[in-house]
Amino acid sequence: MNRVRKAVCNSTANWFGTVLAALREIFDEAPYARFLNRTGMESSSKAYAAFRREFEEAKVRRPKCC
Amino acid sequence: MHKTLGILAWATVALLGAVAVAAVALHRGEPINALWLVTAASCCYALAYRFYSKFIAAKILALDGLRATPAERLENGRDFLVTNKWVVFGHHFAAIAGPGPLVGPVLAAQFGYLPGTMWVLAGAVFAGCVQDFVILLFSVRRDGKSLTEMAKDEIGPIGGSVAYLAVIAILTILLGVVALIVVNALKSSPWATFTIAMTMPVALLMGVYLRRIRPGKVLEVSALGFVLVLTAIWGGQYVSQSPALARVFTFSAPTLAILIMVYGFAASALPVWLLLAPRDYLSTFVKLGTIGLLAVGIVVLHPTLHMPALTRFVDGTGPVFAGKIFPFAFITIACGAISGFHALISSGTTPKLIARETEARMVGYGAMMCESAVAIMAIIAACVMEPGVYFAINSPAGIVGQAPATAATTISAWGFPVTAPQMQALAHAVGEQTLYNRTGGAPAFAVGMAHIFSHSLGGETLMALWYHFAIMFEALFILTILDAGTRVARFMVQDALGHVYKPLGRTSWYPSILVTSALIVAMWGYFLWQGVKDPLGGINSLWPLFGISNQLLATVALCVATTVIIKLHRARYAAVTLAPLAWLVAVTFTASWQKIFDASPRVGFLAQARVLEAAPATASTTRLIFNNRLDAAVTGVLVAMVTLVLFESVRQWLGILRGTKEVRLKESPFVRTRLAMEEQG
Repeated sequence: MNRVRKAVCNSTANWFGTVLAALREIFDEAPYARFLNRTGMESSSKAYAAFRREFEEAKVRRPKCC
Repeated sequence: MHKTLGILAWATVALLGAVAVAAVALHRGEPINALWLVTAASCCYALAYRFYSKFIAAKILALDGLRATPAERLENGRDFLVTNKWVVFGHHFAAIAGPGPLVGPVLAAQFGYLPGTMWVLAGAVFAGCVQDFVILLFSVRRDGKSLTEMAKDEIGPIGGSVAYLAVIAILTILLGVVALIVVNALKSSPWATFTIAMTMPVALLMGVYLRRIRPGKVLEVSALGFVLVLTAIWGGQYVSQSPALARVFTFSAPTLAILIMVYGFAASALPVWLLLAPRDYLSTFVKLGTIGLLAVGIVVLHPTLHMPALTRFVDGTGPVFAGKIFPFAFITIACGAISGFHALISSGTTPKLIARETEARMVGYGAMMCESAVAIMAIIAACVMEPGVYFAINSPAGIVGQAPATAATTISAWGFPVTAPQMQALAHAVGEQTLYNRTGGAPAFAVGMAHIFSHSLGGETLMALWYHFAIMFEALFILTILDAGTRVARFMVQDALGHVYKPLGRTSWYPSILVTSALIVAMWGYFLWQGVKDPLGGINSLWPLFGISNQLLATVALCVATTVIIKLHRARYAAVTLAPLAWLVAVTFTASWQKIFDASPRVGFLAQARVLEAAPATASTTRLIFNNRLDAAVTGVLVAMVTLVLFESVRQWLGILRGTKEVRLKESPFVRTRLAMEEQG
């Protein structure tokens, strides 16, 4: 019984983890974290502005469907 | 044992699906429960994914889990990045899902619930999902190349040029049409206009929060923005009740059109990320939440559909848009069944994130199935209304008359009873002055959604809030499409103009930004203005034009897909893309022919121009005649361009099959993935 409960808990946690990861990607939190990692910057107002500048260059070219 | 159980389970799904589809297709007379549609759709999707997509993956595409994808080979932490398959799926779905699968099915509901439902199911399973899946995989095998680049490489320079022009055309028409939907949803509605206006300061606040207080914390600021927007929706009722405030936020359609054009230009030409990026996040947040909420609402509340399976308007005399089921139902519903626009997403960001080829099936085929499910929800939302109410909302004044009593009498005479007091009560319940002549699909969808939710959450008292929530959701999302679309089109035009005069191609050169932004806004603004001034409501001519251009782009995508399949020596399986291609050619070419040459002035652009010429001239006659001729010319040019691509493609296929043409696949060379070895330890 305990094993079943543990398996259910694990798969629920996995599911939530994946949904959160998807949301972080869709909402650009993950790209920002990668940007900080890549540039070696600390999260700050300046770093975020730099990220947005870089991101806009690519992002605005991406079409969004109707 | 395990295998037998599997066979039994799938046989049960198939049987259940067959019963549900039969119930949906054959049921007549009494209202039908929405759960039949949900069951039919769920079973069809499950079977299609399990068997058809697997067949395509194994026999045609031969997905290779050992082949490194561009995300792995070209990983740079920016565009190319190995990403979890579920994350890519979510990302892809968020990019393809918009107001299209909500609006198209609502408009097509004038034929009844049956044609739209069948087309959404069959179209998605055999055409839309296939297109998205195949184009995604081919782009993955070509380092994430775009559809236009693939068309140029695989079909030839003509294919590339036509695909490029088709994308510009579809963007222009799309932006004009979606802007018209917003105008029709906001005109004379102080509550809705106030709510949308409030999203500007909310977005600015979010921008400041993101920049100054908690840099990069987009999810929490989106949740905060969502709460603020809900507050604005709640506050909107007081604005609409105050005569002084209501006057400030009440705009006519032409005024709103001008405001939207100014917004589009500013969004494209000015460095306004502080406003646009947070609004983009906010709209995505609201969109995903609303779709989820609607899905749960429909399953839990399983409302009854009051719209008949088929209405009398299958004969082509529909008030929402003119034209028979074939081809117009298949043009009206694009996203949700098959949309050429998806091919741009499938060959845009997504192929650069896929970690393994084998994941393309889930992302490409699976995400489109979810989009199709959204379209089924939209059909349900439109069909839960009494048909008389649906037609009163969606019929233009030019067809049913301006006065409420006249409109109600006309619609009742069609066999869909509705009364002026009933419409007045409904308008009052949703906090509007009137719901007549709200063409465009968005208000009808909002009423349907409010109807579904008001029966469980908050009852009738919250109906107005639900209605304005739905309007806000659609308008907010459409406005983000407007700014993103204008920018994308601006970049494409700048790229092209750069070949003529180099500085024009520099995306940071301000004169170029201003000129190209003005050009793009003028192009879609013209269609918007035409729609606003059209006595038939604009949707009658513009939505089919949008559908035709979108499906023509899908035709180009399927030409590319078929060409590659034949080059891969899988010609015996080419029917998988060739059959939807043939269907789309039949649909789009017939629709185009009818839109240009049909003798009925409600269908044919040229017939409408002739009627206007013969009638007594008014101040707007010359403009209306010109608009109709322009629409006819645009349709003709689009068809001519796609005919060229078809001709080039067929020439390629025949050459390869006869052995007179050398097969030149432009795939990236095979590189063995490291991921498989890492997984094995």
